[in-house]
Amino acid sequence: MPSDSPAAGLPLEPPPPALPGRFALFVAFAKMSLAGFGGVLVFARRAIVDQHRWMSADEFNETFALCHFLPGPNIVNLSVVFGARIRGLTGSIAAFLGLLAPPFLIVTTLAVLYAHFGDVPALRRVLNGVSCAAVGLLLAVTWRMMLPLLKRREPVALVMLVVVFAAVGVLRWPLPQVLLATIPLSIGVTWLARRRRAT
Amino acid sequence: MTSIGALVSIALAFGWLSLFAVGGAAAAIPEIHRIAVDLNHWMTDTQFADAFAIAQLSPGPNVLIVSLVGYQVAGIAGALVATLAMCVPTAALAYTVSRLLTRAGDSPWPALVQAALVPLSIGLMAASGLVLAFAADGTAAAVVLTLVAAVLAATTSVNPVWLLVAGGVLGLLGWI
Repeated sequence: MPSDSPAAGLPLEPPPPALPGRFALFVAFAKMSLAGFGGVLVFARRAIVDQHRWMSADEFNETFALCHFLPGPNIVNLSVVFGARIRGLTGSIAAFLGLLAPPFLIVTTLAVLYAHFGDVPALRRVLNGVSCAAVGLLLAVTWRMMLPLLKRREPVALVMLVVVFAAVGVLRWPLPQVLLATIPLSIGVTWLARRRRAT
Repeated sequence: MTSIGALVSIALAFGWLSLFAVGGAAAAIPEIHRIAVDLNHWMTDTQFADAFAIAQLSPGPNVLIVSLVGYQVAGIAGALVATLAMCVPTAALAYTVSRLLTRAGDSPWPALVQAALVPLSIGLMAASGLVLAFAADGTAAAVVLTLVAAVLAATTSVNPVWLLVAGGVLGLLGWI
């Protein structure tokens, strides 16, 4: 018996379950995706950390930070990185397909229905109401993400936020050009601000 | 006609955009709107607002709004091409980076870059809100509904789906 195994009878943490196979990865990501109305991340954390215990909370945060930092849909990146850590390339593909294929079928079905019935007056009225509420939800998420910056009163961050908002939202400039200018600028001023604070 | 040309332009537009989707799908909405409505006239403002509503109403990642845009342009093939173009290049990048970075290391650069990117992606999300509000909120009642939904979602823990349903019911009743 290995010396580091917990003594029998002690009610310690139950051992982490075996890592999932490719099919289990597909099913797990399909489930969290189909549960995820208005964002899958919450369900991904619940499934991976709490339910299956495939990762600790810290490992999950670290993985998500990497995915948030890379371009592209964060949750799609997360599925690929998680799948790769567990089962390599085929694990990545299984998680990616599990996340995207089932909701893609649903959304495409809705697209077909919309193409046929989108002009029906009753449906038009419903969609108008839903889209107004959906914009409100987006504004609320944005506000919640902005709060920490407002509380910490980081003028540099707030100025960058307003610059990007004005360039892309008000002036409607193309995103690639705006980011190619503001990413180096933001990294530069953040670095300077940190250095000044450190000295 | 679903021409190969349409599929290629969808693939190029979304494949290129995906590389600049800092902060995820919600932050990319102004650029998706610019590509689909302003530049290529693939859909109207109202259809774009509808696509956003349908994507929010369906389960799964919010990025699937591009499937709806792709469908509008070129049917099911268009939906598939738009979705893959938006997801596969960055997924391949994420896969490669995660294989290279087996551990975070002690370098201060990742944390610094992340701190620099956060305000940019929040600014982009706020821009998304503005672009969508212009597309969706045609009447004073619509603006009020958007603001009430925003305040309720920001200050209470009510399930967002119920706010969408409530919006749909108010719309059906002809109040919006």
